[in-house]
Amino acid sequence: MSQQHDAYFVPAKSYWPFVAAVVMFTFMFGAGHWLNAEPGEAGFGKTVLTVGVVGVLCMFFGWFRSVINESLAGSYNHQVDTSFRMGMMWFIFSEVMFFGAFFGALFYIRMFSVPWLGGEGHGVLTHQFLWSDYTAAWGANGGNGPAHVGGAFEIVPAWGLPLLNTLILLSSSVTVTIAHHALRAGHRGRILVFLGMTVLLGALFLNFQAHEYIEAYHELNLTLGSGVYGSTFFLLTGFHGLHVTLGTIMLAVIWFRVLKGHFSKDHHFGFEAVAWYWHFVDVVWLGLFMFVYIL
Amino acid sequence: MSYAATHDQHDDHHGAPKSFFQRWCMSTNHKDIGTLYLIFALTMFFIGGSFAMTIRAELFKPGLQLVQPYFFNELTTMHGLVMIFGAIMPAFVGLGNWMIPMMVGAPDMALPRMNNLSFWILPFAFVLLLSTLFLPGGGPAGGWTMYPPLSLQSGSLAYVVFAIHLMGISSIMGAINIIATILNMRAPGMDLLKMPVFVWSWLITAFLLIAVMPVLAGAVTMLLTDKYFDTSFFNPGGGGDPVLYQHVFWFFGHPEVYIMILPAFGIISEIVPTFSRKPIFGYKAMVFALACIAFLSFIVWAHHMFAVGLPLGADIFFMYATMLISIPTGVKVFNWVTTMWGGSLTFETPMLFAVAFIILFTIGGFSGLMLALVPADFQYHDTYFVVAHFHYVLVTGALFAIIGATYYWLPKWTGNMYSEFWGKVHFWNSVIWVNVLFFPQHFLGLAGMPRRIPDYNVAFANFNMISSIGGFLFGASQLVFLGVLIHCAFFSKKKAADRVWEGARGLEWTVPSPAPHHTFDVPPVIHDEELAHGDVHA
Repeated sequence: MSQQHDAYFVPAKSYWPFVAAVVMFTFMFGAGHWLNAEPGEAGFGKTVLTVGVVGVLCMFFGWFRSVINESLAGSYNHQVDTSFRMGMMWFIFSEVMFFGAFFGALFYIRMFSVPWLGGEGHGVLTHQFLWSDYTAAWGANGGNGPAHVGGAFEIVPAWGLPLLNTLILLSSSVTVTIAHHALRAGHRGRILVFLGMTVLLGALFLNFQAHEYIEAYHELNLTLGSGVYGSTFFLLTGFHGLHVTLGTIMLAVIWFRVLKGHFSKDHHFGFEAVAWYWHFVDVVWLGLFMFVYIL
Repeated sequence: MSYAATHDQHDDHHGAPKSFFQRWCMSTNHKDIGTLYLIFALTMFFIGGSFAMTIRAELFKPGLQLVQPYFFNELTTMHGLVMIFGAIMPAFVGLGNWMIPMMVGAPDMALPRMNNLSFWILPFAFVLLLSTLFLPGGGPAGGWTMYPPLSLQSGSLAYVVFAIHLMGISSIMGAINIIATILNMRAPGMDLLKMPVFVWSWLITAFLLIAVMPVLAGAVTMLLTDKYFDTSFFNPGGGGDPVLYQHVFWFFGHPEVYIMILPAFGIISEIVPTFSRKPIFGYKAMVFALACIAFLSFIVWAHHMFAVGLPLGADIFFMYATMLISIPTGVKVFNWVTTMWGGSLTFETPMLFAVAFIILFTIGGFSGLMLALVPADFQYHDTYFVVAHFHYVLVTGALFAIIGATYYWLPKWTGNMYSEFWGKVHFWNSVIWVNVLFFPQHFLGLAGMPRRIPDYNVAFANFNMISSIGGFLFGASQLVFLGVLIHCAFFSKKKAADRVWEGARGLEWTVPSPAPHHTFDVPPVIHDEELAHGDVHA
């Protein structure tokens, strides 16, 4: 297991981590202050939040730029590459667990809390004393609970835009894999075409999802406030959409790096990390399509 | 000697930089970052401790004396959050940072800059958390577990949630770093089954951290959206369920309990062999037991929720699964005792803390076994019996291990010996007063005194007074600890040898004391007889 090396590599000092901690704090403090403000209170939260968000973006830009320059200068040996790979894999695992929390909540609500409110098994007394007229159901006819929180709503049909989005993401996974094979074979033109297609498909997906959200809010009355159906629907698809956004930006950055010739046949961790991330986002979508839209 | 003298092919990597900001804020050095973690944890320990002192002062006698009930609730909540996320966890990460690269023969952590970020997030996160105490709405007051709907009434929930997000990001990055270091940076010949048990315990802990910190992030995010964005996750009227929060929280929370004790097991497995002058008994069994405990920690979470009204089948499953944990834990306790059996024992301060750990942690384990029984738990739930239980495992468990580890490795860090006399004064005061502090709380709990309440029935007065006296004196004993640390770091004249303890084995003892700013720039050659554990001794 242990590998043979002549010397280890330890990176030079950098102010980016400290900057990162500062801007993350600014971001979170601004967001906290904004949410915490009394209605109508003139707070500085939004300003601080904006500064924080811009700061985080600048920090990512600067930190990655210095890492890319070091990588191009050939500072990173095989062992560093392996550390990066492990880091990315475990990061994706942590993301899987994050989505797991929300999927877990969805399953619990559908398997237990809604049926119990309808008087099944464990919840018979709650049902009888609080909401004896509630019939447990998911979707439009009961997904917002016995108090009909948020009022009547319609659900987004699975076989319209969501199906289209599924096909878009699945094909984007294929195109990114073709681009990866092209990278290994050293065909730069083909990489640019297929990676570019992946970026466009990601953007298309986001466009359709924005469409879907607008329709949900304006025509279906399906909002974050539509009981627990709206809560799970928007948090699951929303966090996924956020990840697709990040993934698309990452893919676009990689596209420019390919254009500048940053990657070689056997030295392209940045490309692979983004490709893994994209496949992860894709797999999460399949879970969403199955459990949020179809079932 | 497997310590390789450093080369000077890249000068800036040798010797600590002179500028304060460069050295401490831009560091890529695992020892400096480890020091930062440990100093941060010590600071938080005293802040959290001051909350505890105020709580014990209020509970000194019945009636409301010192603080308003809402402030009391803030104190119990903040005491929990600060001690768990600010003191115990960063202390373990600091110890891991300092020792893991030296124990596996690596020059540094695998991802040194991310390591620096993991640390620097923490002070900011705690500024965010502690600042809520001074805000108009007051700090969080619903307990560190933040159960809805109570926690949703807290004015400053957004700050608390974001502070927890930051701490989670820090922990996840720290854990990723530790896994990458252990799996990728070991010197040739340092096979997995030759690693010190401390390194093994951190490998498994890091896996737990990556698996559950995101789940906590998810749980508190749902709190945030329920309070500020109209969602209904925990509102039965909208189809949700407050118990859902408890499930998600404890799916994080129970592995979290082991995150706070597995590295302690690792530390005890280093100290006991050293002062017994024997290799650890049953190395592979120790590693296997760690893995078993980690696995079981994922399937026992609902034992925190027996009284909430779970289906009977769930109660029974979680009761038996919980009791199963006593098997691998028993393996560990018996192996430590067997390691001591027939050894030529000496009782320097680290060993005293380790022996106290074994005895007192076992008491905490037994009260845990009592709490695991569903019918009994219906009586004990949310009483001082629970408080006594988790303080036995966290104070005389995790904290004693951290203190023991500090005495054990302090000469390696500073190059000076600490004062053995004052170390023993610290130990005996700690071990006596911690029992005066927490043992009576078992009786209070069995008699029905509820936790987190500032006032109580006069029937509980005597035991509370005893407990408070123990608390003040235990708190005061920690000032001795502070004195010993400062003396050792800055004033001690007694230099430490490279192999500080005669019976100590492992790569960290082959480098000079104090450990040079950079160790193992080239991989060390490993001689099996220098290793702490592993197949050589099996």
